[in-house]
Amino acid sequence: MAVYSINVNGTTHQVDVDSDTPILWVLRDNLRLLGTKYGCGIAHCGVCTVHLDGEAIRSCAYPISAIENKKIVTIEGLSESGDHPVQKAWIEHDVPQCGYCQAGQIMTAASLLEQNSNPSDDEIRRAMNGNICRCATYTRINRAIKTAAKEM
Amino acid sequence: MTKVKTHLNRRSFLKLGAAGSAGLMLQFSWFSSLAMENPTMEGAWDLNGYIKIATDGTVTIASPNPEVGQNVKTSMPMIVAEELDVNWKDVLVEQAPLNTAIFTRQIAGGSNSIKESWDSLRMAGATARHMLVQAAAAAWKVPASEIDVTLGIISHEESGKNATFGEMASAASQIKVPTEVEVKNIKDFKIIRHSQKNVDGPGITTGKAVFGLDVYSENMVFASIVSPPAFGVKLKSFDASEALSMNGIYDVFTINAYPEDFERGRFDISAFPELIVITGDSTWRIMKAKKTIKAEWSAFDSYAVKFLGQDTKEQVPAGKESTENHYSEMIQKSKENAKQVRKDGNPEKAFSEATKVIERSYTAPYLAHSPLEPLNFYANVTADKAELIGPIQTPEYMEKSVARRLGMTLEQVDIQMTRIGGGFGRKLYGHYLLEAAVISQKIKRPVKLMYTREDDMTFGAYRPTYQASFRAALDKDNNMIAFHVKTGGIPESPLYANRFPAGTVDNYLAESWAIESNITTAAFRAPRSNFMGAVEQSFLDEVAELAGKDPIDFRLELFDRAIKNPVGKNNDYEANRYAGVLKLVREKSNWETPKPGISRGVAAYYCHNSYVASVVDLRMEEGKPIIENVYCGVDCGIVVNPIAASNMVEGGSVDGIGHALYSLLTIKDGVPQQSNYNDYHLIRNNDAPRDVEVHFVDSDIHPTGLGEPPFAPAIAALANALYKDTGKRYYHQPFMVDIESMYLQEKESV
Repeated sequence: MAVYSINVNGTTHQVDVDSDTPILWVLRDNLRLLGTKYGCGIAHCGVCTVHLDGEAIRSCAYPISAIENKKIVTIEGLSESGDHPVQKAWIEHDVPQCGYCQAGQIMTAASLLEQNSNPSDDEIRRAMNGNICRCATYTRINRAIKTAAKEM
Repeated sequence: MTKVKTHLNRRSFLKLGAAGSAGLMLQFSWFSSLAMENPTMEGAWDLNGYIKIATDGTVTIASPNPEVGQNVKTSMPMIVAEELDVNWKDVLVEQAPLNTAIFTRQIAGGSNSIKESWDSLRMAGATARHMLVQAAAAAWKVPASEIDVTLGIISHEESGKNATFGEMASAASQIKVPTEVEVKNIKDFKIIRHSQKNVDGPGITTGKAVFGLDVYSENMVFASIVSPPAFGVKLKSFDASEALSMNGIYDVFTINAYPEDFERGRFDISAFPELIVITGDSTWRIMKAKKTIKAEWSAFDSYAVKFLGQDTKEQVPAGKESTENHYSEMIQKSKENAKQVRKDGNPEKAFSEATKVIERSYTAPYLAHSPLEPLNFYANVTADKAELIGPIQTPEYMEKSVARRLGMTLEQVDIQMTRIGGGFGRKLYGHYLLEAAVISQKIKRPVKLMYTREDDMTFGAYRPTYQASFRAALDKDNNMIAFHVKTGGIPESPLYANRFPAGTVDNYLAESWAIESNITTAAFRAPRSNFMGAVEQSFLDEVAELAGKDPIDFRLELFDRAIKNPVGKNNDYEANRYAGVLKLVREKSNWETPKPGISRGVAAYYCHNSYVASVVDLRMEEGKPIIENVYCGVDCGIVVNPIAASNMVEGGSVDGIGHALYSLLTIKDGVPQQSNYNDYHLIRNNDAPRDVEVHFVDSDIHPTGLGEPPFAPAIAALANALYKDTGKRYYHQPFMVDIESMYLQEKESV
């Protein structure tokens, strides 16, 4: 056990956890930031996606000891009032069914558009391939990303 | 206008506490005699819901059924709001509590939420509107018939008087509940048939929507199970000394969630009655520690399971089963005598006299439902109360099971429904809820039980594995004169003997068989139809080809026969609606002229009371199908919420295609061979159809559901399109196994 300093959505927290604890469980069990979900624990489904210094990572397989001084942004911190272009596009296209994977989808999409503000269909599909949607809303996800791209 | 009986009475109205000053609270309760389509879900269910109108004008509409992604939390309140004539923008929606004294059929299953609730939800809105109008008429001393209600404003033109719902709510609560009310003419709908966005959209996109896994309380204990490594074994002993020495681990113990003498309910499946449980202070620590527990398991002897209301116990066979053996057993069984379920005419004579006969066999594997939110539940059981919060498709069933298991009354058991992070049938079976309750009762602490993905995938239950053999006979003019289906599975047969093509062919035979197993299975999106629809519609594509006919024309000829002169009785479909979706998809896909370089296939299926025809357009690229488009023609009667209905059909189609191409759960010596998304393949973004185009039949028929019907026809349309491109038929799911081996062979031969 050790005390780690972790900056999430602009706020610094001290957490006392095992060094191999994945960021996902620090967010959920310690900080009660519950928008980031658990799906597989092996970085294969994408529901736990958060931003680490702007880069989309799978928080279920990223131990807190590897975080250094990097800043985390979760779905709760993506925008002040849910009005990030990706969030707005998700509403416009009425993307969610069960909704469980969508925070992860949105975080991956937001990261993609930060790096490439005008991705092709092919680039979108490849960037989003690590995020499973079990309800299979893929066509709406991809359309929403196109819409969001226009606003970025 | 149509008048409907309200079945309301003063007593039931007051029971909920109309509370004059707090405004109008309407509770409605009546019995619905319609049973769910799925015959394994027996019986009939009531449905109730309620409206709250506060004096400040806030209109809150409760959505009675579990929300599992089918979007009933928006569409059910829309129906109430329509008849209430409130402005949809002014409506707040909340999840209704489980209350079997007031509400019934609070189930997400069988694509039945909208179908079963349609009349009741309309009546709820209309009754409240009637009472508000009566209150205004009394206050203004004008005839109620002269009063108008528009967008939540009650008005009387002649006197110039008007009031908001909030202003009349208190007076309305004193009005006698009508014995019957008028509901709107369908053509006057302003909310229904108009797309309304998901009411939880803002919550979902900001991470605030609460799923079962998001339920935490301050003093709760984290718990996980250590399930047996294989089907067919039971716990002998375990050593948890290492786990108990690890930081944050509280205890390791066993529970017997389903004791031998316990009378199980319909949804109490469990292959592993006795489980090792580990508790601790955090999810991660128990995930780590459980791996250190050393347990010994031994093969069990056959044992019996009691189900409530059944005279005979169900026997669970002993043994460690394997997929390999399952397939050879199914093939053997398909050659033996089976149970005749339906026979029309003289099939054997027709086959012997036929000009052409075609015979084909199909299989499909176990599938893991694997909703992305794994099984989990929060339980806080005290001496006199069980508080249970989480994702469950059958709360009213599980309430009864928990009460029996804990020795409590139904009133002491409080199940609260969160959003469900995917179910697909898996969360109909609430053993995980009951396990959480048993753990909490034992340790006298609030507990949050979470299955890891590996637990979720290897614990069972699965979509059954199936086999079907078909024969069809053509006469010299290429008319189908006989049809024979013989089908079965492990542990159930998927047969629906009265479905198409029954009724369209003079000589028809349907036979059924099943093989028992100790591998637990569970209803999976479009239970049994997910296989039968797919294979029947693939087979008919071959029959049409053998007859030298266009596959749509071939089916339309059969439906024409069923419309004009149906064969036999109890045909379970409406031929004109079936033909209607095929004609719609033919038109919308421009069937006769596919795009250059594209191969296309078609299929149509009826299940869960709705009709779906699908056309799949694809091309092959380096041994992989690229699906350019799926066109769907859909008849579900009135489309309550088009944007959400379309979402269901899009997702259901992609889901069907994904499972048929990729998904495979195999067993070896009782051990599931896939345990997470690295080895269990679900369809992903890059594999998914590039587009899905959904077209609805314009209809005034009572609405039916969409969660399940699109699944099977998409699979058959895919298989038929793959044949057009590769020249090979696909008889065994998942298709990628054959596609990949064929591609490799071709590459090697070059």
